[in-house]
Amino acid sequence: MSETAASEMLKIRGLHAYYGKSHVLRGVDMDVPKGSVTALLGRNGVGRSTTAKAIMGEVAPKGDIWFKGKNISGLPSHAIAQLGLGYVPENRDVFPMMSVRDNLLLGIKDMRKALKWTIDDMLDMFPNLKSRADTPAGVLSGGEKQMLTICRTLMGDPDLIIIDEPTEGLAPKIVTQVGQLITEIAKAGVSILLVEQKLSIALKIAQHVYVMGHGEIVYHGSPEEFRKRDDIRREWLEV
Amino acid sequence: METVVFALLNGLIYGLLLFMLSSGLTLIFSMMGVLNMAHASFYMLGAYFAFTLGQSTGFWFALFLAPICVGAVGACVERWGLRRIHAGGHVGELLFTFGLAYVIEELVKIIWGKFAVAYEVPAELNFSLFELYGAQYPAYRMFMLLVSITMLAGLWYLLKRTRIGLIIQASLTHPHMVSHLGHNVPRIFMLVFAAGCALAGLSGVIGGNYLVTEPSMAFSIGPIVFVVVVVGGMGSLAGAFVASLLIGFLQTFAISIDANFAEIFSFAGLNPEGDLGRITISSLAPMLPFMLLVLMLMLRPRGLMGEREF
Repeated sequence: MSETAASEMLKIRGLHAYYGKSHVLRGVDMDVPKGSVTALLGRNGVGRSTTAKAIMGEVAPKGDIWFKGKNISGLPSHAIAQLGLGYVPENRDVFPMMSVRDNLLLGIKDMRKALKWTIDDMLDMFPNLKSRADTPAGVLSGGEKQMLTICRTLMGDPDLIIIDEPTEGLAPKIVTQVGQLITEIAKAGVSILLVEQKLSIALKIAQHVYVMGHGEIVYHGSPEEFRKRDDIRREWLEV
Repeated sequence: METVVFALLNGLIYGLLLFMLSSGLTLIFSMMGVLNMAHASFYMLGAYFAFTLGQSTGFWFALFLAPICVGAVGACVERWGLRRIHAGGHVGELLFTFGLAYVIEELVKIIWGKFAVAYEVPAELNFSLFELYGAQYPAYRMFMLLVSITMLAGLWYLLKRTRIGLIIQASLTHPHMVSHLGHNVPRIFMLVFAAGCALAGLSGVIGGNYLVTEPSMAFSIGPIVFVVVVVGGMGSLAGAFVASLLIGFLQTFAISIDANFAEIFSFAGLNPEGDLGRITISSLAPMLPFMLLVLMLMLRPRGLMGEREF
């Protein structure tokens, strides 16, 4: 019997993580329902990115992380990715010396399987990337790199993507574009866990909102409910 | 003129042999961030394996089989040795490979004896290919050249033109990101380590009978391979290639110059008599790579094409 209800893509219970002796995550509980965009908000340093890294196996997790009914806590990163969990880290890790096309090629997990998205589909969706398909990814702008890392993760046909700070340091116009892309991915049936600092973008595209403080979840609700909670916003989000 | 042509040919062959060794070491360095002190020991194993296998299967089978065996040994060393130590930092890895070099040397002495074994050039290739300026040029050297160029082309194709090559290159610089894309990075590292060892093994197979197969062969070539990697630039395959050829030419030219310091002194108007004057240029040949190393570290610590400094 699976531990996770059919509607839940990701279910986290009692997640702890440490950096050396510092106790960063202190029992995180959260759920990402299937087909939804769930936002994880919080100030810098409260453990949002560490939560993402612990789910992905980059930081050793303690606790239960159920993905599609399977406990993935403690699995190596590549095995987690193979199960269908995609991750776009905050530093927009493109492979700088390789072309845009080769970056996308590396997103494919298994060349023998039929692909949901082809490299050409991706390039057609993004004229900016298409015109630079053969340029090294290192010379792209911040926004283009962000698009590329998201598209590269999509090439692996994930069921859930964790996107960490996709809009950080981007111009407002590009932020809107990234927001549209995330909405489109969600429409295509991919669940999304959006780790963000910017409230405007997160509240626009998410259906569920979690707020983190001091390594714990301090609030959970819908964006509509959250808009009414000025107290939460003041205490946990405003600088 | 004939000295130059011979030195060029021999330098090219020696340089490519060095590249076969240093390419594996460079790939492994990019991956682990630390020099594999036992790398030349895999070169030695290649020569000894080829000697033993060759006795039952003949040279041609051994040419393929011995590098595969060396690669398998390398894979085991990575899987059950280095991978465990890796988490503990670079010093542990360095000491591990340093110790391994001695262990391999002692094992070789126990199994094959302390003296050189009779690993010889196969009879099929033991003839003179052509005559150049009245001197016979051995066919085996041309064979070495052919094997090296084939290896070079194969390595280039694998790394630049295949998806697995792209995955390897990306894993060297962004291991976390590559594993988040679902690629098994520890397994890729094991394969790279094994392939690097197999290349060292191959250079042992074709170099062991041309030079000499004895327990000290690893320690005599090992330092020169490190020089190649440092001069070329840590982690740069193109740099290792240029540096291999540079050192290959430098050494063979120095050996072939039939002059001593007395001639240079008298040319410069200095006193040609005395101890210094009796030193021949060719006797400096073994020292040249290390002089180059010292100069390189002083003037350009990142090497010819390297991206990182010490």
